[in-house]
Amino acid sequence: MSRIEGYGRIDRSRHVTVTVDGAAYTGHPGDSLASVLLAHDARPANTGVKLGRPRGIGASWTEDPTGLVQVEEPFPEPMLLATTLEATDGLVARGVNGQGRLSEIPDLARYDRLHTHGDVLVIGAGPAGLVAARTAARRGEDVVLVDDRPTAGGTLTGTETIDGRPSLEVVDEIVAELRASPNVTHLQRTTAFGHYDDGFVLALERRTSHTDDGGLARRSRQRVHRIRAGRIVVAAGAVERPIVLEDNDRPGIMLAASARDFLHRYGVLAGREVVVFTSDDAAYAAAVDLHDAGATVQVLDARPTAPAVWSRRCADRGIAVTANTHVHGTRGPDRITAALVGPERREVPCDLLLTSGGWNPTAHLFSHVGGRLAYDPSLGAFRPAAPRPGVEVIGAADGTFGLADILRRAGGAGGADDAPHADDEPRDPTAVLWRTEGDPARQFVDIQRDATVADIARAVGAGMTSVEHVKRYTTIGTAHDQGKTSGVIASGITAELLGLPVEDLGTTTFRPPYTPVAFAALAGRERGDLFDPVRTTPIHDWHVAAGAEFEDVGQWKRAGHYPHPGENMTDAVLRECAAVRTSVGIMDASTLGKIDVRGPDAAVLLDRLYTNMMSSLKVGRVRYGVMCGNDGMVFDDGTVLRLADDRFLVTTTTGNAAAVLDWMEEWLQTEWPELRVRLTSVTEQWSIVAVAGPRSRDVVGAVFADLDVSNGTFGFMTWQDTALDGVPVRVARISFSGELAFEVSVSAWYAAAVWARLLEAGRAHGITPYGTETMHVLRAEKGYPIIGQDTDGTVSPHDLGMAWAVSKKKPDFVGRRSFSRAQNQDPRRKQLVSLLPTDAATKLPEGSQIVRFADDGRLPAPPVPMLGHVTSSYHSAALDRPFALALVKGGRERIGEVVGVPVAGELVAALIGETVLVDPEGARRDG
Amino acid sequence: MQLIACPWCGQREEIEFSYGGQAAVAYPADPASLSDEQWARFVFFRDNPKGPFAERWVHSAGCRRWFGAVRDTRTYEFLSVGPLSATTARPSVLPEATP
Repeated sequence: MSRIEGYGRIDRSRHVTVTVDGAAYTGHPGDSLASVLLAHDARPANTGVKLGRPRGIGASWTEDPTGLVQVEEPFPEPMLLATTLEATDGLVARGVNGQGRLSEIPDLARYDRLHTHGDVLVIGAGPAGLVAARTAARRGEDVVLVDDRPTAGGTLTGTETIDGRPSLEVVDEIVAELRASPNVTHLQRTTAFGHYDDGFVLALERRTSHTDDGGLARRSRQRVHRIRAGRIVVAAGAVERPIVLEDNDRPGIMLAASARDFLHRYGVLAGREVVVFTSDDAAYAAAVDLHDAGATVQVLDARPTAPAVWSRRCADRGIAVTANTHVHGTRGPDRITAALVGPERREVPCDLLLTSGGWNPTAHLFSHVGGRLAYDPSLGAFRPAAPRPGVEVIGAADGTFGLADILRRAGGAGGADDAPHADDEPRDPTAVLWRTEGDPARQFVDIQRDATVADIARAVGAGMTSVEHVKRYTTIGTAHDQGKTSGVIASGITAELLGLPVEDLGTTTFRPPYTPVAFAALAGRERGDLFDPVRTTPIHDWHVAAGAEFEDVGQWKRAGHYPHPGENMTDAVLRECAAVRTSVGIMDASTLGKIDVRGPDAAVLLDRLYTNMMSSLKVGRVRYGVMCGNDGMVFDDGTVLRLADDRFLVTTTTGNAAAVLDWMEEWLQTEWPELRVRLTSVTEQWSIVAVAGPRSRDVVGAVFADLDVSNGTFGFMTWQDTALDGVPVRVARISFSGELAFEVSVSAWYAAAVWARLLEAGRAHGITPYGTETMHVLRAEKGYPIIGQDTDGTVSPHDLGMAWAVSKKKPDFVGRRSFSRAQNQDPRRKQLVSLLPTDAATKLPEGSQIVRFADDGRLPAPPVPMLGHVTSSYHSAALDRPFALALVKGGRERIGEVVGVPVAGELVAALIGETVLVDPEGARRDG
Repeated sequence: MQLIACPWCGQREEIEFSYGGQAAVAYPADPASLSDEQWARFVFFRDNPKGPFAERWVHSAGCRRWFGAVRDTRTYEFLSVGPLSATTARPSVLPEATP
């Protein structure tokens, strides 16, 4: 055991048991999984991703490049850091050999989000952030303070003195004051992972990771805070930088400050025989503290002279300090057994090698919003170069490293008086040392990626001169840690190899997220049924009860067909089609888009937007209309009912309802604001039930007794108002099936009742509910295109054979000018035609290519000339054969021609024909 | 996530808005009199400057009103917002509004 009495902030009165790689370990609340393992001189069974070399724990927090584990219990999660996992009872994990494994069971935990607004957001609750937060709070500002560790205090260990007292006492006091302030929101275990425009920060709060009280049942597991603040204060600290040396990937090699953190936070001594290799003063604190906790320590300082104050403190304790000395490599079968010191590679036995090459300010959240970083040679690191409006960077994140300075500056101008005080510590400058002499192929830069100095040399040798390219070539900085310890070193070594100053080379761009975020957290509650809103019609429950199979159309659930027991889709659709053609069918058309167009200029607006004339439509009549874009391509179609001189009801395709309303609003607001028209979506207010088939008149006439449904009074493409039990109903003679048909519109509240009445009245005629699949077949038999299926944004009304729907009287309308463009006049344009497979048996797959037919039934040699493609294809009950619609180059000219359609390696012959295959005279529809 | 100041609703998050392209591209007064190339320029061509750009935006998930904005395409910063100019050229051959 390496647990040291008297150290750490763990609760030694209680115990937790964790299991790693099958072995059980006992720890305490407050431990991380890493500290439990180190307390038992253990490590996860990790190996490097490419080379398979053993790996240990290299740091104490998110910067650790190696200590990844696969968690199995309480819920499987891949590739989490042992250093950031809080040890809870029952935690089961194992080492990761390069790759993790996603859970195979559903995640039942909840994830959510919370919006927070404030005057100032302080990121980091170390000494700088705490003082900044307190200063702002005392000024009366609304403050949000977030910090990623379980407790506030940052890297303070408790050995420092603030205001003459132990530092953590002062931390507790400030935290207590913040907690008591009504204008402060203070969140620990909350990582600000992305910083975006206008003071917007995303932060992830871990809400149950530290509890063993069944918290998951009571609260969400993780919460994304969406924080918007007037001012962002980045006080995220700094990450220690290792020094690259040969075989620096062994277990037992760690950052100096991390060893100190393990000691003071968890009471764990990471090694007994310690070599500290440093080019910076901070590592001396680790040397002293580890010595005082019982380790044997010696310090090797790369700088020409060791710092005087620290040398004295070391001498007092008998810690040997040797200046001007490098560690060149390590030895050990697995865990380190010796450091190789000096050019002669003298073996110095040790079980822990600590390295420290200075500090990299954690300026990621400054960088995310475009803050520029510049190299500071006194730090050997990049720090914020110029201020950015609304963003302040303070403390170590700004490259300020003395506690006294940090506290002074964090108080700010107004709060300096009440800022806590610490005594200045003399600090010798950091010496920039990226690596020592050694074999580049065994000098690991990104230990997680198994990427070495030799890999950088290969990238440079291949001609790369940008760190961004080197990053992608070597993969350095692309692991879970995103190069927190390796990124700047990679820049430094690349610069050395290129013979350039590192300040000219720069460093790679920091992008969110700062630390990995689970997709589940980002998805929040928008999973399953809430992933995308589901829209159902008022008759939906009836369809469900009737056993309908549903089709998704946009967000709508539409009944597709109603299979009887033993029927497959083809059987059901053929039965439903036959019912409509021979007797009567009923369909829920409620999802059609409906727009109420109202105002003195309503007719003018519609004349400008539809290709056909709407102003000449009489009240009581209905007209089919086509809308095009400026490019003259069909955008939507539907029917237009004139309700009054100044009022129309426009229907749109189901999927395009919002787009059509937007389109109409755009023209109205931006181009023709003088038109007095108001547009209102009434899609959900009105339900539509289509009753279609030769017996539809009997059914509609029976239900709406006040209505004269005779052909003379109620002709095709007219509408009439009536009532049912006092409820207003509008009936229109509109047909999308080619049969005698009525569309019954009623307030959505009464739709299910009207549906039931129509069914009841139709029972004598065997009324058959039909769905969208059947509707597709019926309309295709009539050559009615579906916009978006038979068209793709490159198809004009003329291509669809709908020149009849394009007004020649109107001087202009949207799209008109494009019709006369040379490209639109090209006779080789693709045109809508029907295709009848000559074998009368093959259903051509939709999307099939159409080529010239070859007599031998085989594809011609490439390049095969493409004539077009199949857009719709079905079995037809009326024709007793399969048929298709297709867009074919010069298709109208080719009517009567046989073309080839490759299907499963065979060339199927198909006859091109007119689009209307059933009742071309329209006698059934008009009857 | 940027904040965009809708002239009617004030600052809202950018996801509430839709982009409408270059502003002040008036519908031609008489499309029929244009050559194919002139018409194609109107339909398919828009400026793409580096720097301030007059654009149309619509507050799709809010008041649903269109408005004009000048935005710096280098920084995405909105330099100004306001109502669309009411004086853009109108198509003269389109059916006239009822008096």
